[in-house]
Amino acid sequence: MPDNARKPLQEARHEVGLFQRRVLAGFVFIFLCLAALSVRFAFLQVDRHDEFSARSEANRVLTRPLAPARGLIYDRNGVLLAENLAAFRLEVTPEQVKDLPDMLARLGEIVSLSDDDIARFNVLRKAKHPYEGIPLRLKLSEEEIAKFSVNRWAFPGVEVVPYLTRSYPLGEKFAHTVGYVGRIDADDLTRLDRGDYAGTTQVGKTGIERYYEDRLHGQVGYEKVEVNADHRPLHVLPDRVAPKPGENLYLTIDVGLQEATMAAFGGRPGAAIAIDPRSGEILAMVSMPSFDPNLFVNGISGADYSTLLNMPDKPLLDRVLRGGYMPGSTIKPFVALGGLELHLRKPEDTVLSTGEFFIPGQTRAYRDDQRWGAGRVDLTQAIAQSVNTYFYSLALEMGIDRFSEFMSRFGFGERTGIDLKGESSGVLPSREWKRARYSQAFYPGETVIAGIGQGYWVVTPLQLAHAVATLADRGEPHVPHLLRAVQSGIESRPQSLPIQSSGPNVIRHRGNWLAVQQGMIEVVRKGTAHGLNDDFPYVIAGKTGTAERYSRTTEEWTSISASPIERHQVLFEAFTPADDARIAVVVALEAGRSGASDAAPIARKILEAWLPGDQERQGIVDAHMKVADAAGGVQR
Amino acid sequence: MMIDELLLQWRQRLALMWRQPRIDLPLFGALLLLMGVGLATLYSASDLDRGQVLLQAVRFALGLVLMLVVARIPPLTLRNWTPWLYIASVVLLVVVAVLGEGRGANRWLDLRILRFQPSELLKLTMPMMVAWYLSSRPLPPGWITLGVVGGLIAVPVALIAKQPDLGTALLIAASGAFGVFLSGLAWWRIGVLLVAFAGSLPVAWHFLHDFQRNRVLTLLDPEADPLGNGWHIIQSKIAVGSGGLWGKGWHHGTQSRLEFLPEHTTDFIFSVFAEEWGLVGVLLLLGLYLFIIARCLWIAKEAKDTYTRLLAGAISMALFVYVLVNGGMITGMLPVVGVPLPLVSYGGTSAVSLLASFGVLMSIYASRKAGAD
Repeated sequence: MPDNARKPLQEARHEVGLFQRRVLAGFVFIFLCLAALSVRFAFLQVDRHDEFSARSEANRVLTRPLAPARGLIYDRNGVLLAENLAAFRLEVTPEQVKDLPDMLARLGEIVSLSDDDIARFNVLRKAKHPYEGIPLRLKLSEEEIAKFSVNRWAFPGVEVVPYLTRSYPLGEKFAHTVGYVGRIDADDLTRLDRGDYAGTTQVGKTGIERYYEDRLHGQVGYEKVEVNADHRPLHVLPDRVAPKPGENLYLTIDVGLQEATMAAFGGRPGAAIAIDPRSGEILAMVSMPSFDPNLFVNGISGADYSTLLNMPDKPLLDRVLRGGYMPGSTIKPFVALGGLELHLRKPEDTVLSTGEFFIPGQTRAYRDDQRWGAGRVDLTQAIAQSVNTYFYSLALEMGIDRFSEFMSRFGFGERTGIDLKGESSGVLPSREWKRARYSQAFYPGETVIAGIGQGYWVVTPLQLAHAVATLADRGEPHVPHLLRAVQSGIESRPQSLPIQSSGPNVIRHRGNWLAVQQGMIEVVRKGTAHGLNDDFPYVIAGKTGTAERYSRTTEEWTSISASPIERHQVLFEAFTPADDARIAVVVALEAGRSGASDAAPIARKILEAWLPGDQERQGIVDAHMKVADAAGGVQR
Repeated sequence: MMIDELLLQWRQRLALMWRQPRIDLPLFGALLLLMGVGLATLYSASDLDRGQVLLQAVRFALGLVLMLVVARIPPLTLRNWTPWLYIASVVLLVVVAVLGEGRGANRWLDLRILRFQPSELLKLTMPMMVAWYLSSRPLPPGWITLGVVGGLIAVPVALIAKQPDLGTALLIAASGAFGVFLSGLAWWRIGVLLVAFAGSLPVAWHFLHDFQRNRVLTLLDPEADPLGNGWHIIQSKIAVGSGGLWGKGWHHGTQSRLEFLPEHTTDFIFSVFAEEWGLVGVLLLLGLYLFIIARCLWIAKEAKDTYTRLLAGAISMALFVYVLVNGGMITGMLPVVGVPLPLVSYGGTSAVSLLASFGVLMSIYASRKAGAD
């Protein structure tokens, strides 16, 4: 319907009249609403006055929240990783304290109060209602409780409250995976439901504790308490709603394997992860060095925290999720597979390695590891000997667009979707990425070095492990995950979560997979990591990776060139049994000579630790199979 | 010498402000009375905390100064500024939404010296913008005009509701809607809009945060959640109801003194007032609000052009929403949304923004039809 045409004078008078009528209508509306509000007040204050008056008189009954017990966390075999211990905390209700600074000073003489405690208390005091109890000190000692109880009369508004505190019996072994809970702080309060967390002091801050907070926390209950005029509880009334404890979680982790993995590192900084390729279940996940999560549970002291923060090896950094490594040669099997799948190569096609590779028309040389080259190599040899030239030319032929598209099928450059927060997405070199990051075109030279996992590449150990597991399961991707089963009550049985495929198979031709697998088996038999399969009952497929930490032209490289051990980031990836993989492993070290000499032995130790459990699950390994495997039983 | 000249200039301006304050004395008197009631109630509700009362008094003083300053800005100038002020406040809202990403409630803009909520600006710039736009269109508005106004209202309201601050979003949406109502929108169109609004409620429900839904559900059955939101409603009703006809007397309300009533200096201060002064006090206070609203509407009626008429009218009617929503909340008729009782609840931002909008009304009063100066 069109707007009316404008007729200024008449219209204006009409408009004023209309406005005045509307103001009158508005006023009548307001008057009626306020009258209705008054009627409501009259109803409450006159009609129901007696009832509310009585309730006000009887309003000596306080409703107190009852915190639920936090769910426990177990490993896959039922070994306890996180438990609850009874403890006592000191709680202050600010509205009931006349002179807070004076009270804190007097209280400080009875129980020990650190500056951190008081600072935290003050922050929470601003975020919470003054009628709510605010924890001041957690984990009181027996002696402190006794001392306070004697002097309780002098501290109205201060109470000793029992609660359950979290404890991690295995300490630093699961600092990054299980994570830890910590005191609820002002930031947490903005995202948590106040009602639900009314009685709770601790909330998951990192790891599983954070990710599965909703499952672990449970439901608050409440009880009614009759109080005297000072708000001291006199007795608890019978109507009580019990809190519902949180769910118990069973992780996919195997404590034995986790311990062996940590031990295998011998104190060197790095990360390792073991995945069951058939399901994406994470069997072990280690970031070295680690720290004791128990320090954080009841509030870490400023001194402890800054020590952890300032340690050169960064124990707080979860290298599995956030460590950025240059993948180097570990991506060569994927590049080779890309060449086959995109019909650029056949397995038997050979490339001549002379020690140097040139882009046609350019003079810059891209080097092989062996000075005079490896001669003519086919795909198997190229992977086994890690021949750069093969992959330089393949990557150049593929071009960066097809290269990054194919690599992205294995999840490079994106988060894996693991059930932990804070995962990095790494960098998969691509035209789009470079344009977004540097607003520059992608040069052919960069495509060439991308083919050997150098240049802009960044992967996290988790990403690489996910890619290796996908490869090991013949291209079947499964989201890596840590939660295996959930138990919602002590009586109920743990419910296993279904295994989910996270997408369609990424490999089209089985023959292509076999060719790459053959190359990876040769790596371990005769190639860069030869000897690794000796005395091991299953055939191992693997690949080494050694990436320069510093560009050869920079000062860092020359200054540390005396100690080659510092010069490289070294990696090793493997899966076994090669034909029917039940474990895929990735080991990353921040500094080392080479992937074969430093990372591969750690991977071997992990596989050895995994073996007994696997054989138990599989039944005793048939002696025949062992012989057949050792003789290279994968020929077809 | 320069400084002397400047000082002289300022002194003259101040003297002019004093001689011709451009204020409506009945309205000014009523506001002072209301602030007095507010401070007295706060003194009792804060359990005789002089510091809190003093701080609030200082805020009132600052707000009054701002009111006098705004009153000196001619409506024409305000009108010219309107689109820019509106755009600026919406941009600030977006900035807050982007900067505060990831925190629970991101509505504050931290300017180091002062922290403020851009949504407070909208309480003034929203009715200004609606009045500005409508005054340039043929009235009463047709569907096209209505559509544009709808957009002008919806964008900032959606941003604020997402913060999430449902109370403020509601107030701002109402102030825009009142502008449209006063512009003479045909009754049948109002009917259509109301039906459409009612029809969209289930959709809006879908977009609410869980805690907001809980507040609405709690209203239906407060006893189901005696720890969280239900507690507020139950305790507030006990406070109001136990006040009776004459009240328990100043500083004799047990509900707030024994800390049963939460937030008893801010959103629930009306409950304290009702407990201590009873139905009689409540009726007098509501009467005072009604007088202030009526006087503001009278100023709107006297305004000389469409822009000022609509602006004054929308501001006055929006004031009523504060009172109704807060009163409805403490008597358990409406869900718990954070809407303060104007000039009584403790808190700086809302007091200052309210007094600034009264400054606009004063300015409109001073340049009304008859006595334009």
